[in-house]
Amino acid sequence: MGLETALGHSFLTTRLDAAVNWGRKYSFFQYPFVTACCGMEYMSTFASVYDISRFGAEYPRFSPRQADVLFVVGTVNEKLAPVLKRVYDQMCEPKWVVSFGVCATSGGFYDNYATVQGIDKIIPVDIYIPGCPPRPEAVLDALIKLQQKVAKESVLDRKYR
Amino acid sequence: MSSYLLDTLKARFTDAVLATHAFRGDETAVIRKEALAEAAAFLKKELGFDFLMDLTAADYLPREPRFELVCHFYSSAHNYRLRLKCPVPADDAAVDSLTPLWAGANWFEREVYDMFGIKFNGHPDLRRILMYDGFEGHPLRKDYPLKKRQPRLPHKD
Amino acid sequence: MNGTRKHETPKHPDLEKLEDGRLVLNMGPSHPAMHGIVRLLLTVEGERVVGSDIEIGYLHRGFEKTCENITYNQCIPYTDRLNYVSPFINNVGYALAVEKLMGIETTARCKYIRVIMSELSRLTDHLTCIGANAMELAAFTVYFYLINAREELYRLTDSVAGGRVTPAYTRVGGLTRDLPPDFKRNAAEVFRKVRRNISDADKLLTRNRIFYDRLRGTGTISREDAVSLSFTGPALRSTGVPLDVRKATPYLVYDRFDFDVPVGSNGDNYDRYLVRMEEMQQSMRIAEQALAQLPDGPINHPDFNVSLPPKEEVYGNIEALMAHFKLTFEGVKPPKGEVYQAVEGGNGEVGFYIVSDGTGRPLRLRVRPPCFALTGGLSKMIQGGYLADIIATFGQVNMIGGELER
Repeated sequence: MGLETALGHSFLTTRLDAAVNWGRKYSFFQYPFVTACCGMEYMSTFASVYDISRFGAEYPRFSPRQADVLFVVGTVNEKLAPVLKRVYDQMCEPKWVVSFGVCATSGGFYDNYATVQGIDKIIPVDIYIPGCPPRPEAVLDALIKLQQKVAKESVLDRKYR
Repeated sequence: MSSYLLDTLKARFTDAVLATHAFRGDETAVIRKEALAEAAAFLKKELGFDFLMDLTAADYLPREPRFELVCHFYSSAHNYRLRLKCPVPADDAAVDSLTPLWAGANWFEREVYDMFGIKFNGHPDLRRILMYDGFEGHPLRKDYPLKKRQPRLPHKD
Repeated sequence: MNGTRKHETPKHPDLEKLEDGRLVLNMGPSHPAMHGIVRLLLTVEGERVVGSDIEIGYLHRGFEKTCENITYNQCIPYTDRLNYVSPFINNVGYALAVEKLMGIETTARCKYIRVIMSELSRLTDHLTCIGANAMELAAFTVYFYLINAREELYRLTDSVAGGRVTPAYTRVGGLTRDLPPDFKRNAAEVFRKVRRNISDADKLLTRNRIFYDRLRGTGTISREDAVSLSFTGPALRSTGVPLDVRKATPYLVYDRFDFDVPVGSNGDNYDRYLVRMEEMQQSMRIAEQALAQLPDGPINHPDFNVSLPPKEEVYGNIEALMAHFKLTFEGVKPPKGEVYQAVEGGNGEVGFYIVSDGTGRPLRLRVRPPCFALTGGLSKMIQGGYLADIIATFGQVNMIGGELER
C-alpha cells in the first residue's frame, strides 16, 4: 500500500490510524435500505428531535457508490435478498453494515416461507440493533458503538470482504 | 333470512345460486363458478354495485370442492354490501376473470393466482405478484407448510 | 387497459434501447423515497412515461398464513405491522372484526378510547405522508416540522399503549390498559403543538408556487377510473366521490360526533394533499369531542370467555382461573362463520375478512389492503406524465409496504 506497509505497526502508523479513523467515524454517509416499520423510527432518528447529525452521520446518500454505512432497516425477504447483496457489492471499501431492528438481525417474529432469518445470512454485519422497532436512543447508541469499533481499526489490516 | 337483494339474486339466477345466508348481518350468496361473471355483471349494471372491494379465496382442504372464491361488493349509491362466494374444485381451478367489469380486479386476481393457484380465464396478465419468479407452489394453500423455504435465487439480470 | 406493456425480460435491466428510441428504465426496489420497496419498470420516451409495470412483493412477510397458525389475540401484534404508520386503526379494525364474529359489543368507554386512538393514528399517517412527500420534493423544513408533530403524538401514544410505532393496544373484547390519568391535559397540549406545526407547514406549502406546480395536474385520475380500480380513502375522495366508511357505515361511536369529510374535485395530487390536510384538522376535532364525551367505566368485556379476568379474580375464583388458562392457551373461540368488517384507514377502507371454524385459530384471515388497489392503479396515474411527477404521485398515493404486501 505504501509507506505504511513498509513501516508495519509502529508509532507512525498508529498516528495515521487515529487520524484516518477520526475522519471516518465522524463523517458517516449512510445508505438507508429502508423496507418496513423500522423505517418510521429511522425517520424519527433522522429528524430534529433525536438528531443523528449530531454524531456526524448527517445526510443519507441515496446511492451505494457514495455511501459507507449500509443501514438495513426492516424485514428482508427472499425476493429482496439478491437486491440487498447487489447493493452491498456496489459499495466501495471501507464499508460497514448496521442491521436495524430484529427483522434484519434475525428475522423477527416472521419465521415463514418468505423471510430471511437475519441479513447476516447474506452480508457481513458490524452492529446489530435489537428492537421492534428500536427506539431512536437505541439507534444513537448503536451509532456510537460503531464509532468505537471504527476507532479500533487499522489501515494495515483492512479486510477486503 | 330473506332480504330484497338475496331474493332478487335467487329469482334471477335460480339454478346458479346454491345457498344464501346473512350471518352477523353480512349478506352472502354462494353461486356456481360458471355464473360468476354473469352475476357480477348483473350486480354492477342493474343493482348498482359500483365497487369491487375485495376478491380473495379460501382453502378448505379436506372438503371438496377445495377452494372458495370470495368477492365483496359495495354499492355507494345505496350503501349496501354483498358477498359472493363460488366453490372452486381443486382439479378444475379456473374461473372467469372480472377484469372486463372492474379494472381493480386485475391485481386482486393476480394475488389469488399467486397464493392459491386458481387461474382466471381472460385475465390480461396472469403472473405472480407477491412471490418471486421461480417460486414453486402456492403458499396460502393448506398443504404448503408455513416454514418451507426454497433455495435462494441469485439476482437475475 | 391501464397502460402496462408486457415486459419480456430485457437483456440489461437498467437500460434498454427499444427500436423506436424509447427506453426501459428500472426504478429499482431500493429507491430514496421512504416508502418501502416497489420496483417500477418504466418505458419512457424522453422524459415522458408511456408505459409502466409495477413489481411488488419485496416486503411479503406471510401475514395471512402466519395468522392461521396462532390464536386470535396473538394476531394483534402482526396487525400493527400492516399499515405501520397508523397501527391503532389496524388493531381496532381487527378487534372489531373478531368481536363481530363472536357477536359481542364492547363497553362504551372502550369504544370512545378506540375512536380517540384511531384518530391519533390517522394524524400520524397523514403527517408522515405529507412530510415524506414534501421531503422528496425538496421541502426539507416541512419534513422536520411534521415529523416533530408526529413525535409529540408518539409520546402521547407511548404513554397510553407503551409503544410508539407498534402498540398492539386492543384485545378481543377490550383494550390492554386504560388511559393514564393526565391524558386529557396532555392531549390538549399535544393538539396545540400539532396544530401549530401543521399551520406552519401549510403556510410553507399550500400556496407555494413550486409545490403547486409539482402537484397540480399531476397524477390525475378520473372519477370513473378511480371507482373501477377500487380506490378508497383520500385518493377516491380527491376525485369527488364522498365515500368514507365512518359516515357510510358508522362503527364504534362515530355517529355521535360532528365532523366533515373533505372531498376534492380534480383527482390530482394537489387535491389529495388538500384532502389530507383538512382530514387532519377533522381528526383532531373528533378526538376532542370524544375526550369531552368520554364516559367512565370498565374497558373490558365482562364475559370471562372473551377477555382475561382481572388478577384478583384469577387468584381467588376457580372459574376465573380456568378461564384465564383456557384463554391463554387456546384463545377465544368464535362460532363457525365468516365476517367482513371495514374501518376507515389512513389510505382508505381496511377490511378484515375472517373465516372461523370454531377453534381458537382463524381458518382464513384476509386483510383488504387499501393501497393494493391504489398501487394497482398507479400505472394509470403516471401514464403520460413526466418522470419527475412519479415522485409526487407515488408520495401522495401513500403506499405503505406492510399493508400492500402483508
